[in-house]
Amino acid sequence: MLELVTTRDNPMIDPAMHVWGWEIPVYLFLGGWVAGSMVLAGWFMRRGREPGDRCVCDVLPWISLVLISLGMGALFLDLEHKLYVWRMYLTLQPSSPMSWGGWILVLVYPVLALGALRSLPGDWLTSWPALARLAAALREPAATRTLSNASILTGIALGIYTGVLLSSLGARPLWASAALGPLFLVSGLSTGAAFAHVIARNPVEQAALLRADNAFLAVELALIGLFLVGLTTASAVHVNAAALLLGGPYTAVFWVFVVGLGIVLPLAIQTLMASHRIPHTLVAPALVMLGGLALRFVIVSAGQYSHWISP
Amino acid sequence: MARFGMVIDTRQCVGCMDCVVACKTENDVPDGFCRDWINQRLEGTMPDLRLTITSERCNHCDRPPCVSCCPTGASHVHEFGRIVLVDHEKCIGCKACLASCPYGARFIHPDGYADKCTFCIHRVEKGELPACVAVCPTYAMHFGDLDDPGSELNRLVASRRHFALKPDAGTQPRIFYLE
Repeated sequence: MLELVTTRDNPMIDPAMHVWGWEIPVYLFLGGWVAGSMVLAGWFMRRGREPGDRCVCDVLPWISLVLISLGMGALFLDLEHKLYVWRMYLTLQPSSPMSWGGWILVLVYPVLALGALRSLPGDWLTSWPALARLAAALREPAATRTLSNASILTGIALGIYTGVLLSSLGARPLWASAALGPLFLVSGLSTGAAFAHVIARNPVEQAALLRADNAFLAVELALIGLFLVGLTTASAVHVNAAALLLGGPYTAVFWVFVVGLGIVLPLAIQTLMASHRIPHTLVAPALVMLGGLALRFVIVSAGQYSHWISP
Repeated sequence: MARFGMVIDTRQCVGCMDCVVACKTENDVPDGFCRDWINQRLEGTMPDLRLTITSERCNHCDRPPCVSCCPTGASHVHEFGRIVLVDHEKCIGCKACLASCPYGARFIHPDGYADKCTFCIHRVEKGELPACVAVCPTYAMHFGDLDDPGSELNRLVASRRHFALKPDAGTQPRIFYLE
C-alpha cells in the first residue's frame, strides 16, 4: 500500500500539472506550419521559372506572415505577466530554447517580409515605384539565392526549436526525447506541404508538393516510432510516460487522430493521388493539417501530465 | 561563498503545518497558494506501516532546470548563498519554469509572475533563520551552509541516513531529509 496525502493545492500544479492550455499547442502548430512553409518557399524560390509562371513561393510568405502573427498572438495570450513581454528582447539566454525562439521569431518576420515584397501585387507596384524597385532587386538571382537560403535556414530553426523547447524541460519525462525537435520540424514540413499543395496553381509544383508531403509523412511516422522506442527502452519513469500513449489516457486520441487520421490515412490517399489512381482531393491535406494540430495538443497535454515517480 | 541548504528530521516532524503558516505570514503568500507544504507518505501493509512526513518547498537545486529554461533570466541563482530566486520585474509568466520543476515547487502569483520559496533571503541576510525553520516547534528543521564542513547540516547528514527528493531527476537538490 502506498498513500500520499499532500496539503499543497496550487492552481495549475495540483492535482496534475496543467500550465499550458490551448494557446501553446496552437502556437506550436502555427509555428511549425510557418516553418514548413518557409522551407518550401525557399526551395521553390530558387527553381528556374518561365515568365508568367505562378509560384507558390509568391503566396506562402504572405500567408505565413498572418499565421505567425496569429501564433504569436496565442503565445501572448498564454503569458501570465503580459506587460513584461519586452523583457524577452533585452537578453539572450543560451541555455533557454524559449529565448532562442524569441530571437528566431525576430528573424522570421524580415525574411517573410522580404519574401512577400518579391511578389507584391501588380497594382501596388504601379502605385509605389520604390516598392517596385525593391521587388525587382529582390528578384535578382543573387538576392533570390540569399533569400532562399535565409528562408530555408530560418524555417528549419523555427521548426526544430518548437520541439527542443519541450524536450529541454527535463522534469516532464514524455518530452525527454531528442526526437521531438526533428518530429515537430517534419510535422511542420508535412503541414506546410499539404497546405501549399492545396493553394499551388502550377501543376509541376503540385506534383512535387504531393510527393514531398508523402515523404514527410513517412519520415514523421518513423520519428514517432523512434520517439516511442526511445522512451520505452529508457528508465522506468520514461516507460511510464510512454504508457500515457500506449494504453494510458492519451492512447485513443494519439493513435486515432495523430497517427491514423493524421498520417496513415492521408499518406494512403496521397499515394493513390500521386500515382493518379484517384483524383486530387482536399480531404488528405485537411487530415494532414488536423493531424499536425492533434500532435501538438497530445504531446503538450500528455507531457505536462507525465512526471517523476520517485518520492 | 555560502551554499545554503536545509536538513529536515522526519522523525521529529509531526506535520503540524507551523512551517506552512509561518511562510504564508512572513511572505504574504496569497490565499489558495503555498510556497511550502506537508506531504504524508504511508507505505507498507498492516501492521507493518511506515509513515514519513516531509515539509517540502523549492529545493534550491545545484542544477536548477527552472533557471536554465528561463528566457529572460528572471529565474536566477543569487550570489548570496546560491539561493534560487525569481526577479518579478523580469518574469513574463511563460510558465516554462513551472513545467521544468520536478517538485512542483513553483506557482503563478495572482500578480502574474512565477513565485516560490526564497529561503526567506530577506531574513537570512540579516542573520535570521527562514521563517519556517524559526517556528518549527519540534526543532525538526535545520538551515545553514552546506559548503561549511563544520556546519550543523553537514554534521547531521554525516551522522544519519538521509534522502533527497527525486534524486534521479538530476537536479541535485539541497534539502535533505533524515530518516
